Amino acid sequence: MQSQDIVARSGTTTPSPSVRQTTEVAKLIDESKCIGCKACQVACMNWNDLRDDVGTNVGVYDNPQDLTPSSWTLMRFFEVETEKDKLEWLIRKDGCMHCAEPGCLQACPSPGAIVKYSNGIVDFISENCIGCGYCVTGCPFNVPRISKADNKAYKCSLCSDRVAVGQAPACVKTCPTGAISFGSKEDMSIYAEKRAGELRERGHKDAGVYDPKGVGGTHVMYVLKHADRPELVGLPKDPSVSTMVALWKGATKPIATALMGMAAFAGFLHYVMVGPKEVAEDEANENAKEQA
Amino acid sequence: MDVKVSRRQFFKISAGGMAGSSLALLGYAPTAAADVRSFKLARTTEHRSTCPYCSVSCGLIMYTIGDKSKNIKPVIMHVEGDPDHPVNRGTLCPKGAGVLDMIHSPNRVKYPQVREAGFSEWKRISWEEALTRIAKLMKEDRDANFIEKNAAGTTVNRWNTTGFLASSASSNESGYISVKTMRAMGIVALDTQARI
Repeated sequence: MQSQDIVARSGTTTPSPSVRQTTEVAKLIDESKCIGCKACQVACMNWNDLRDDVGTNVGVYDNPQDLTPSSWTLMRFFEVETEKDKLEWLIRKDGCMHCAEPGCLQACPSPGAIVKYSNGIVDFISENCIGCGYCVTGCPFNVPRISKADNKAYKCSLCSDRVAVGQAPACVKTCPTGAISFGSKEDMSIYAEKRAGELRERGHKDAGVYDPKGVGGTHVMYVLKHADRPELVGLPKDPSVSTMVALWKGATKPIATALMGMAAFAGFLHYVMVGPKEVAEDEANENAKEQA
Repeated sequence: MDVKVSRRQFFKISAGGMAGSSLALLGYAPTAAADVRSFKLARTTEHRSTCPYCSVSCGLIMYTIGDKSKNIKPVIMHVEGDPDHPVNRGTLCPKGAGVLDMIHSPNRVKYPQVREAGFSEWKRISWEEALTRIAKLMKEDRDANFIEKNAAGTTVNRWNTTGFLASSASSNESGYISVKTMRAMGIVALDTQARI
């Protein structure tokens, strides 16, 4: 991938290149096929050269307990009573959703620290990251994590380096049950609907696809057994970028910038036209006497 | 409006203008866009291998640095599933996906070792010594316990005191050779790890 494929860039007012069209990609996670083996977590760490700290067992299968700067994807396990006296064990692979309208990118104040490629991948460019944590606030899915080692934000890159050379993300390639698949967004959407239909036929009446429109759709989609209640597996029902982020970065920023510029210009003009405040010589002498 | 600008004021305005435009350039002009991370396997050497963990024996591709030039000591820097292997078709379980850390583990046994009877320590030996020792012990055992004929006098050629466990990673051909060799020596207890 090259700089011409960057279609959106954080903290930037100049327009991004938008002539080239690359194939929009998507990762599909089929919750019903996942056995929670965590091969995706290991493959992710191996590909991205990450090794998280050895944690402690807190009595659940979640390991580590949460996403960290070194664990960009995580199996989350849910024991939920979906109906009265019907316990279900649901497993979800958590990680960046690669939103079409990414809240992190909108919230980020640092030019070029977060970029979106024309294939749909949202990537963090660490050398431009200032570690302010706005992306954490801006993310509707609570995904980015700030490293204590270098004060930079980290998250899944959808293996942008692999996708750029025509490979699939590491987690997709390794998945032994085929619960994760990768292809064009179009193909994945069709396959997801087909798979949800199969599940409905087999008795999962609420099965459906999770591709929330509130963030313009995502490039990581789920087939959920209970698509009517995504909160069962810790997903927001109707995610959207916070109105505060939209307001702050939308209307407020240009007005504030203009005000700041005008204030500075007025000060400068005043200095040139009127000059600094000059103290009359006799007054200054009097002051000096008083002090002495 | 008649604005009188002195020589001194003119310099101030010029200097201010330059400072302002420089700041604008620093603050607003986009810096050169960073390229995406480069593909780390682009020029590595690939070798096929088999995952050593369980009896499923998934196919692996080991990626080593360098291009086999004589001055380069290759080191495995990445392992992935082999998409052309019929067993796993590119996939790997969490153990197989993390096999790189076993390869580089300081606890991995890299050479033959022996713990003699009565000793608590393992002693490093050469492959030559190890193979000779195994052959000697096998021959001793076979000479002592080989059953040529059973009670009825029928020739059976059994060697019941030694067993052989073949690798699950064996192909048809090496499996065939394993069976022929072991049966020729009279071994009856012959099994493969793939059945475990």
